[in-house]
Amino acid sequence: MVLEVLGDLSTPVIMGLLLGGLYALIALGLSLVFGVMKLINIAHGDLVVFGSYFAYAAMTMWGIDPILSLVMGVPLLFIIGFAIQKYLMSRAFAVSMEAPLIIAIGISLILQNTYQIIWSPMSRGLTTSYSLGGFSLGGAVVPIVYLLDFIAALVVMLLLREFLKRTYLGKAISAASQDKRGAHLMGINTGRVYAFAFAIAMATAAIAGVFLGLTFPFTPTSGVSFLIIAFGVIIIGGLGSMLGTFIGGLVLGLAQTLGGYFLGAAAQMLFAYLIVLVVLAVRPQGIFGR
Amino acid sequence: MSQAASLKISNIDVFYGTFQALWDVSLVVKPGEIVALIGSNASGKSTLINTISGVMHPARGTAEFGDQDISTLDPFQIVTLGISQVPEGRRIFPEMTVLDNLILGSYNRRARPKKEQNLKMVYELFPLLKERKNQLAKTLSGGEQQMLVIGRGLMSDPKLMLFDEVSLGLAPIVIDALYKALREIRARGITILFVEQNVRRSLKEADRAYIMKAGRIVLDRNVAELQEEEIQKAYFGV
Repeated sequence: MVLEVLGDLSTPVIMGLLLGGLYALIALGLSLVFGVMKLINIAHGDLVVFGSYFAYAAMTMWGIDPILSLVMGVPLLFIIGFAIQKYLMSRAFAVSMEAPLIIAIGISLILQNTYQIIWSPMSRGLTTSYSLGGFSLGGAVVPIVYLLDFIAALVVMLLLREFLKRTYLGKAISAASQDKRGAHLMGINTGRVYAFAFAIAMATAAIAGVFLGLTFPFTPTSGVSFLIIAFGVIIIGGLGSMLGTFIGGLVLGLAQTLGGYFLGAAAQMLFAYLIVLVVLAVRPQGIFGR
Repeated sequence: MSQAASLKISNIDVFYGTFQALWDVSLVVKPGEIVALIGSNASGKSTLINTISGVMHPARGTAEFGDQDISTLDPFQIVTLGISQVPEGRRIFPEMTVLDNLILGSYNRRARPKKEQNLKMVYELFPLLKERKNQLAKTLSGGEQQMLVIGRGLMSDPKLMLFDEVSLGLAPIVIDALYKALREIRARGITILFVEQNVRRSLKEADRAYIMKAGRIVLDRNVAELQEEEIQKAYFGV
């Protein structure tokens, strides 16, 4: 009896872990920006969806594969991110801590309405030859895109971690997040470092947007729901930690599919957010937070 | 070695908002000197150090290093010119390893090519940092953290080092070790300006001393000519 239940569990466990990869991928940029600038980037979800729409445009207009379109999407969002920090956020930070938050809300509204004007409120999706395919794994039939989500999240997380650990710029980003004045005195131009951090976060958002679009249909307001999921992920994992964000994504994905398995599909997100509440109550800094 | 450049502060006024922290302050540090900046709390010593570093900017007057006006430069530009501040309060990067803290010291373009060479010097000066290079900086003791901050400052390949209250809150034996390190740093040709509250210690270590009170320089003398009573008088105004 017990074994039978456990046997059936393999499907939600595998699906949850892989789906959690997508959640982690979406949350990595949010976590990086918060960790470095202490800014809650309300527009993060909408910028992820920018990545989805860009890939959609590349696919419908030029017939370019969504994953291949990242060759353009990643640099584009990198530049947009750099510009947002350098020309908007840095000035807002000079005013107060609330000003950048309001700028982010403004960016969010502008993006959502722009998507509506260009692509209508209808839902879109990045449908490719492989997006409907599946394979068997441990008794479960897993969509290929879920596996791609997980691999992408793992690769991006590891690259970010190595970048932050090994390069001068990465170390400078960590240093600026720990002690801004101390970083200044080390000869670090924190304005430039922040712009790079935001740009890198947006580059990850471009990647997240493509895999989001491959996995789920999206609408002009999808960014909001994925922002909330990303919040859940970094609350569980701990703000600012890349590994923590990855694990947080897996936990949230698992909570969702297991919640759905035991309590019914309607309750899956309820269960996921209960986990978030429990973490907030028991370990508010998150599993990997300090 | 580093080429000689004097630090020359001329008649600067510095404000925090509407509060004037420095009044008509002038100061010169010549190449190879070790100069003390003495004064009680809130006399403006740290403000002066931070103005030299570019954290604060003077409203009037100039700060020059060699033939370059540094009054309006940002801290990261000033570090690149060869002025390194060892800040008060052991500002380490707590969640990074000792080695990463040191490597960050060599962030500026001038210091990067000399990273290995300067790291060797830092390890010679503070062998303990080599032993602990893979530890997180926050796990070091207070004295060790101060060594790390000094080592990190040296990694920026400075011509002039500014020390802000290196001895604050440390045990006498640790303070002795730190000042020994300061003397060795100077022996390597690096000019030093240090802030100290302990008058006796300042007179022992420095060639010259400036005494500050309420945002002004009130005394400027070679320490050999300076009597402790004279300082007490300038210091406390009795």
